[in-house]
Amino acid sequence: MKGVALTRGLLLILGGRVTELLQQLGDVALLTGRTLYHAFKPPYELRALIHQMDHVGVKSISICAIAAVFTGLVLALQTTYGLARFGAKAYVGIVVSLSMVRELGPVLTALLVGGRVGSGMTAELGAMKVTEQIDAMRALGANHIKKLVVPRVLSVMLVLPLLTVLADVLGILGGMVISQYEFHVDAHLYLTTIWRNLRLADVLSGLGKTVFFGFLIGIVGCYNGLEVSGGTEGIGRATTATVVTSAILVLISDFFLTKFFWWLELLA
Amino acid sequence: MSGAVHLRQLYKAFDGNQVLQGVDLTIEAGEILTILGGSGTGKSVLLKLIIGLLKPDAGGILIEGQDIVPLREEELLKVRQKVGMLFQGAALFDSLSVKENVAFPLREHTLMAEAEIGSRVAEVLALVGMTGMEEKFPAELSGGMRKRVGLARAVALTPRVVLYDEPTTGLDPRNVDKINELITALRAKLQVTSVVVTHDLQSAFRISDRVALLSGGQIAATGPPGEIAQRDDPVVREFLAGHL
Repeated sequence: MKGVALTRGLLLILGGRVTELLQQLGDVALLTGRTLYHAFKPPYELRALIHQMDHVGVKSISICAIAAVFTGLVLALQTTYGLARFGAKAYVGIVVSLSMVRELGPVLTALLVGGRVGSGMTAELGAMKVTEQIDAMRALGANHIKKLVVPRVLSVMLVLPLLTVLADVLGILGGMVISQYEFHVDAHLYLTTIWRNLRLADVLSGLGKTVFFGFLIGIVGCYNGLEVSGGTEGIGRATTATVVTSAILVLISDFFLTKFFWWLELLA
Repeated sequence: MSGAVHLRQLYKAFDGNQVLQGVDLTIEAGEILTILGGSGTGKSVLLKLIIGLLKPDAGGILIEGQDIVPLREEELLKVRQKVGMLFQGAALFDSLSVKENVAFPLREHTLMAEAEIGSRVAEVLALVGMTGMEEKFPAELSGGMRKRVGLARAVALTPRVVLYDEPTTGLDPRNVDKINELITALRAKLQVTSVVVTHDLQSAFRISDRVALLSGGQIAATGPPGEIAQRDDPVVREFLAGHL
């Protein structure tokens, strides 16, 4: 009898969690739909979009640049170390550039921006929710999705590819520096192998992924902010949830997006 | 249908907790009606239902004869031009100056030129005694000043109905008097219908034409303040005894 009661209890808890998860997914889907609808419906909030792009983009340049340079340095260090065993260290340039543009540039930038910007969005919208500013906006006859969510989501989608280009370039240059001074791979050779072997499709598949990553970061950040309850403590919980959720979603979606872009490349 | 706002058999529950259980109330055009009630009785919920921020589980809400319950958010945005609301903490937008806060509904709903917006903002700020504060930010204002700016923003579009959520809570006696004077002055100048939610009995009895007591999810009593104070109704006596 005890066993039956325990199983029933566990099933009830599991059922409750699944229902909660499904409800959250439904809410996110609804927010996504409303965001897309308002993104295409005039009038467009260009001023708010530019303000957000400055906030998301310009202010993320330094952390993205530092991360990219050091990733390039480490990548070249590890790769040349491995390639040297096969006498192939001349190919370090193409290996580093492929890793950067296809994978590390997009994912690292998304993880950093997701942590910095996503949590900021949640905190800002959460504080607005707690202090009834979102209710006030609606009460004043303005649509809060159009005013607050659309510019934030769009700005990450537009800025993340640009930051990734910066990260790709800096990562590759960082790799070049370490290859030249540590392993005596000529910079000209390094760049030539990249120029001859790196395809546009490699770069585009990496940048394409970042548009989706940007969407995920923006929507998760805004959703968690709009759903804040329980005062300032609730804002703290929501901010943590945004950092964790956006990082996990970036990593999981990265696999499927990579497969998708491979498939596209094969079709082309 | 008489009355600027007519609430018909309103029901609202949150997570199984039934807050409103059949609220019937008519608010006449131009009057100041104060809704009294203890904490958690659903007073603020009632205001959010009137402005359409929340949807009732059942019942009807008529604003100047138009039922707003079936309306979608997009349609509600238009109705909200007729209703202004002063939130408990004023709910000014932190990132915008006083001028931009007050100009917000004007930019949203009118095609006014920048100069016209400037003069309208100055006009409503003068109405609430905040002349010359255009360039300040909400963080630089005291609680009472924030409420006055919130009120200026709420009346910028000259609404027909103004809702006040705990307008005097957290203010010192001088600011309480100022806000009370403003509520009556705005009614006189703009001929608006005012719905005030408060647990500040003194203010309620001072400014209201009628008061309504919300208890047990329903309106337990309505009437002019003097009459309510004399009622023998046990619910009214209990509430007044607990608060006076």
